[in-house]
Amino acid sequence: MSAVTLDSAAAPPRRDPLRRLRRLGGSWLVNTCLVILAVFLVVALAAPWLAPQDPRFGALSETFADPGAAHWLGTDQGGHDTFSALIEGTRTSLFGPLAVVVFATVAGIAVGLFSAWRGGWVDAAIGRVLDILFAFPALLLAILAVALFGKGLTAPVLAMAVAYLPYTARLVRGLAAAEKSRPYIAAYRVQGHSPVFVSVRGLLPNITPTVLAQATVNFGYALLDLAALSFLGLGVQPPTPDWGSMINQGQSAVLQERPLSAIVPALAIVLVVVAFNVVGEHLADRVAGRDA
Amino acid sequence: MALLDIDALSVTLPGMARPILDRIELTVAAGETVALVGESGSGKSVTARAALGLFPAGADLAGRVRVEDIDLVGADAARLREVRTGIAAMIFQDPRAGISPVRRIGDFLTEALRLVGGWSRARADARAAELLAAVGLPDPERHLRQFPHEMSGGMLQRVMIAAALCGEPRLLLCDEPTTALDVATQAEILALLGRLRRERDLGLLLITHDIELAAASCDRIYVMYAGRIVETATADELFARPRHPYTAGLLGSSPPQEGPLTRLAPIPGAPMSLLESATGCAFAPRCRFAEPGRCDQAPPVLEPHGAGRVACHRADELEPPVLAHLAPDSEDR
Amino acid sequence: MPAATRRSGGRGGRGPALALAALRRLAGMATTLLVTSFLVFSSLYLAPGDPVSFLVKGRSPSPQELDTIREQYGFNDPFPVRYWHWLEGVLQGDFGRSYLFHQGVGDVVWSRLPASLLLIGVSMLLIAVFGVGAGIVGALRRGTWADSTVLLMVTVGAAVPSFVAAILLRSVFGVQLGWFPTFGNGEGALDRLHHVVLPAIALSVTFTALVTRVTRTAMLDELRREHVEVALSRGIPRRSVIRRHVLRNALGPIVTVSALLVSGMLVSTALVETAFGMAGVGSLLVQAVSQQDFQVVQAIVLLVVAAFVLINALVDLLYPLIDPRVAAQGSAR
Repeated sequence: MSAVTLDSAAAPPRRDPLRRLRRLGGSWLVNTCLVILAVFLVVALAAPWLAPQDPRFGALSETFADPGAAHWLGTDQGGHDTFSALIEGTRTSLFGPLAVVVFATVAGIAVGLFSAWRGGWVDAAIGRVLDILFAFPALLLAILAVALFGKGLTAPVLAMAVAYLPYTARLVRGLAAAEKSRPYIAAYRVQGHSPVFVSVRGLLPNITPTVLAQATVNFGYALLDLAALSFLGLGVQPPTPDWGSMINQGQSAVLQERPLSAIVPALAIVLVVVAFNVVGEHLADRVAGRDA
Repeated sequence: MALLDIDALSVTLPGMARPILDRIELTVAAGETVALVGESGSGKSVTARAALGLFPAGADLAGRVRVEDIDLVGADAARLREVRTGIAAMIFQDPRAGISPVRRIGDFLTEALRLVGGWSRARADARAAELLAAVGLPDPERHLRQFPHEMSGGMLQRVMIAAALCGEPRLLLCDEPTTALDVATQAEILALLGRLRRERDLGLLLITHDIELAAASCDRIYVMYAGRIVETATADELFARPRHPYTAGLLGSSPPQEGPLTRLAPIPGAPMSLLESATGCAFAPRCRFAEPGRCDQAPPVLEPHGAGRVACHRADELEPPVLAHLAPDSEDR
Repeated sequence: MPAATRRSGGRGGRGPALALAALRRLAGMATTLLVTSFLVFSSLYLAPGDPVSFLVKGRSPSPQELDTIREQYGFNDPFPVRYWHWLEGVLQGDFGRSYLFHQGVGDVVWSRLPASLLLIGVSMLLIAVFGVGAGIVGALRRGTWADSTVLLMVTVGAAVPSFVAAILLRSVFGVQLGWFPTFGNGEGALDRLHHVVLPAIALSVTFTALVTRVTRTAMLDELRREHVEVALSRGIPRRSVIRRHVLRNALGPIVTVSALLVSGMLVSTALVETAFGMAGVGSLLVQAVSQQDFQVVQAIVLLVVAAFVLINALVDLLYPLIDPRVAAQGSAR
């Protein structure tokens, strides 16, 4: 056997994930989307200071006000200021999906790594379970959670994290199984490191970019699902402002030909999801080395 | 009268540093076997496809490609169809990639007859069975109902040949027809092509990177480099007395068909990509006879020389004995 | 492995192997459904508090009603027995009693089913026609303004959830222009169809975008394949090549992805039916959740998952018709 020294084999072929992400910028479209996301993030963080009025209170005397100096985007049938609701609504609308994606990604990575590491029947059993989970759309699981635990955001967020987990777990399992057979991992194991150490030190850095790309795309879908839940009146409850429930509240406004209070949050949802999808696909292309 | 007559054909893709094909001249007569030899990327496959009017999308074309007096450059769809379904046909390198995996062999064979020729199903099937028998497949009726993945590579190449024959072509273009096959099957396919040529008086254009194979099975040989024909001669002449350093290099770098295996002498460097261009001879950077001041001047043109034609600035000085030094035998002793 | 190559003969051996694969697939499907039913049943015990009081929460049930619940859920038996009793009922179509409607759950769901099926059917038609159509246009006009338009529509369309589309359509075509009704199911065939137009469009937007993308990518993949060039080289008209080879071979990915979209679509009916005030299974689910009619929720969740599992099993079983390389034993995953 040719002498491969441990040192040379142990040097993990690390692609520095952060440097990759730093070179994120791409076409003008991708850059525009990044700026849009950054703006929405700032708005979400600073919402209480940015909103000109408190969207929780509406004066019935100001029902269906037209856009103007007092109400930039008018008011809804309850007299709530649409612009302020839009701004404060960014919080639940963005942090809800963020929680879903963070839970789903962390748990997905853990399940995927465990599955790939153990292999054998454990791997097969986990695969079957993930298969079954795939049959449950996230929104359905979220609705089931509401049926059990009542309206609100906590239970649906956890349920959706479970629904999104298989995507990340599947991805990580595949990547980890492929990486596992490479010599640097074997070198780590020969040196007597624990599976957890090898996973965290060796595997994780190499699969991070791909997982991040998946998480970005998941974020868009999670946002749509949570907004849908609030639209159904099962998620965020008024008077807490949320884009989905704004659309729900705005339905009667639409019938009275004052659709602005429903259309504004609708456009916000579309804009953010488009931005997330564009950035996510760009990331995926980058990771796969497609496109220049 | 030539069956295929390519005259000063140039094919240029926008954004590329040099033309894919540069003033190609090539003829094939009925009953003749002609080889077109070159490394991958030299433009030999593009040349063969041009003989069917298949040009790269978006390319600028100049010159003429005549197949039995039909000029394919700028021909309309009806003319092209006339050539492709009747006069000329092509056999491709990888039959497994060339036949749609989701349709039955019978469908593949009869497609042109039924869609273009308007044949009835039964008549087309009978004809297809006849062709399968002609290319040496033992149980045509069964093969017609098979899917491509149920047949071996050699059988599929026979199917490909049968498909090429269905329009009774006079010109058969073979693009590396044996490269994807194992050695025993290669010989069978070559023998089959030879038999068909004799029986049907076909003109055969064989595209290959294997100059030994070309020399063994063809009447005449064209050697291509970086989109140009650099030398042409009869097979015997070219094999015995190569006049272009590139031809000599090809002969020196391929294992001989017969005789003891000697050390091979690879040509140094890599072929020129489409993003590179040369002001002078394209082969000069890899040529051990390149002479500064001459070989980097205007590209050489194909001129009569000895028994063939060659495009080399130093053709007069590099008589066969000089080039013979490239041959592996003399190199090592 | 998607393409398990079988070289055996075309006739023999295929039937039994296919039957075996079907059996295996059915067994897998049954397992998934069994596990799903178990999850849905036991989820009841996740709810905070006593299951019986959860099931009758917010109502003052009559003693008989309490008895039926006790009987169906067998609250005095050990857990596996309880599950078994419940499953027995479900298999006979007995999903319990709806307290919202004072009817059997099965009857309630059944009466709402036609409206939802009409909505889904019309949507699927729209998705198939416009999704595949736009994908074809994008692939064939690659790089032109038409392709850019298709890509733009895909990017935006995939981000427009059905309830947003519903609001916009209702606002423009329902309220402003008054072309379509904005509320309810309608009476009689024509009126029902008139009522379902806007909801069906709303439901199809996202999925049309996804199908368009998959179609375009799959077509571009196929267009690059050698068998397409071979077909063109044989004089088959381009239109026929596109239809018989490119589109036909792209069918596999299109069907596979579409089948995966089904579950998302079924759930989205809840949004669209709610937005348009239609009485269907989707709006029933929302109503049942809001009013805590848990047995109705259980039934609909089971129904959605079962539909998804059934459709995907069907696609798996029929897949060899689309791609014969997927041999009997090798299912898609």
